[in-house]
Amino acid sequence: MTTTMTVTSGVRRARSAVGALPRSARAGAAILVVLAAVAVLAPLIAPHDPNAIDSARILAAPDLGHPFGSDALGRDVFSRTVFAFRTSLSIVFAAVAVASLVALPLGTLAGYFGGWVDQIISRPLDMLLVLPALLLAISLIAIVGPGSLVAALAIALIYLPILARVQRASALVVSQSGFVEGGRARGWSPLAVIRRHVVPNALGPLLVQAAILAGFAVQIEAALSFLGLGTQPPTPSLGLMLSDGRDVLTQAPWVEIFPGLAIAVVVLAFNLLGDGLRRHLDPQGVVS
Amino acid sequence: MNHRLRFVLRRLVLTIPVLLVMSVFIFLIIRLVPGDPVRTMLGFRATPAAVTQVRAQLHLDDPLWAQYRDWIAGVLHGDFGEDFVSKAPLGELLAQRIPVTLELTLLSMILAVVAGVPLGVRAAVGGRWARRLTEGFVVFGVSVPDFWLGIMLVLLFAGTLTWLPPSGYIPFTDDPAGNLQYILLPVLTLAAAETAYIIRTTRGSMLGVLGRPFIVYLRAKGTRERSIVYGHALRNAAAPIATVVGIQFGVLLGGAIVVETLFALPGVGRLIVTAINQRNYPVVQAGLFVVATLFIVVSLITDLVVGFIDPRVSDRGQS
Repeated sequence: MTTTMTVTSGVRRARSAVGALPRSARAGAAILVVLAAVAVLAPLIAPHDPNAIDSARILAAPDLGHPFGSDALGRDVFSRTVFAFRTSLSIVFAAVAVASLVALPLGTLAGYFGGWVDQIISRPLDMLLVLPALLLAISLIAIVGPGSLVAALAIALIYLPILARVQRASALVVSQSGFVEGGRARGWSPLAVIRRHVVPNALGPLLVQAAILAGFAVQIEAALSFLGLGTQPPTPSLGLMLSDGRDVLTQAPWVEIFPGLAIAVVVLAFNLLGDGLRRHLDPQGVVS
Repeated sequence: MNHRLRFVLRRLVLTIPVLLVMSVFIFLIIRLVPGDPVRTMLGFRATPAAVTQVRAQLHLDDPLWAQYRDWIAGVLHGDFGEDFVSKAPLGELLAQRIPVTLELTLLSMILAVVAGVPLGVRAAVGGRWARRLTEGFVVFGVSVPDFWLGIMLVLLFAGTLTWLPPSGYIPFTDDPAGNLQYILLPVLTLAAAETAYIIRTTRGSMLGVLGRPFIVYLRAKGTRERSIVYGHALRNAAAPIATVVGIQFGVLLGGAIVVETLFALPGVGRLIVTAINQRNYPVVQAGLFVVATLFIVVSLITDLVVGFIDPRVSDRGQS
């Protein structure tokens, strides 16, 4: 009975939240849906093979068949951008998903139980905040060596303490509400109270923070690849494309401009969505 | 005054475990490399004799706690070991590199504060256009990757207009004017996103303060609007702004790694990236240690400044 009520109210709230989102947030969500479709359908959308070298088209200017022009090896920049979306968004999605899935139980337990449980969980996570974010990522890459998977792990490691903190604060607030007290009074086990009451009601801020961080993850991934520490050539990646474009900047600026704009659009979309969600899912202002 | 002194001491003592954790973490980096770090550094064709020699040189065969003790003792005396490739002492190398990174990050932060705070105030009290323009700039500044913005600036100012050099560096002591020419584009690149954050924070903090009763009282009293906004409101809104400046300094230090590489500035960030690609672990460690220490020191200074701007913060620390 109670469970059904919580679920229905949750669904109703989610539905009304989507409807009531500001236009900018809905625009952000729409852009992301389109970009996700581009990433998934990359082989169907890209007009050319992203790695096909064409000596006749070296640094060729944009035209109808090649809307973003060609790079120093004659590769089609548009096709490479489409495939780079796929690489970047997969890395970002994996990183944020892993960080959120680990942060959810850790933050919830720390916030619900407090005391020594909180200390055991939160103190080690705080240690990860001792280094600036990009430096933490670079330290991990220095240990393991560069690569896409390492870049994803590095971003997840940066985000884990931030997301766990948000979830902890949110769970702490929810744990003090009457309905959680009610669950306890009914004699439910702590795990049942957490599962039925705390997690569903404390999830909002985590989602908001994850959406905002996903945007920055695109930038971090691009920065790491740009430095040669992330995705390795010849896999198309937005950061690597920026690094390639830099060498031919004056002769062929299109090699540089389009992948950069692509990054800006993704980050913008995540920001719009995150800011819009914040107002609806984070009434206590837990998210920084 | 007494409780302020206690606040300062408390904050200083709390920094010690942070430095300790950071130094252990950075010390462990080379020890965490999968397999044999010396083989990774020397390449797979290294002779066993060379491997043994380098292991001994880096004291990798000593017990772990002794290695840490020796390393940290050296670091405290400015001895960071030597560059694995060029055999140069790292202390001297860092002494050349640190000023470049400091110049870049500090100038960027100053520019971001000088531009961001007034714009944030305008966004809070100004008309619709002031608000729209600043909001547009904030969205732009936050969304555009800094290194791409840097490349676009190079394309415009160094490529098309040829007003400024595209990359490179001259020390300030050699040629102050030349130094500023070389550092201008990197500073603009790094400052753009920071300015956006400071505008956003200033606006939010100002809006919070401007709604408080004492502002209504000042208005009723007939205090000039200028003095209300810049004298009374901004002073009360300053603590959150200072906090964000401190937090964002860490982001700037990270951004400096990318911007230094982009503009070929001989700073610590570029040193770290080059060293990672060469698997030059002693340099990686020394560089990371320096940047992390800068970050911790700046966080400490920020907390102290915020404590002095807003006495409520230092009072809370006491109870």
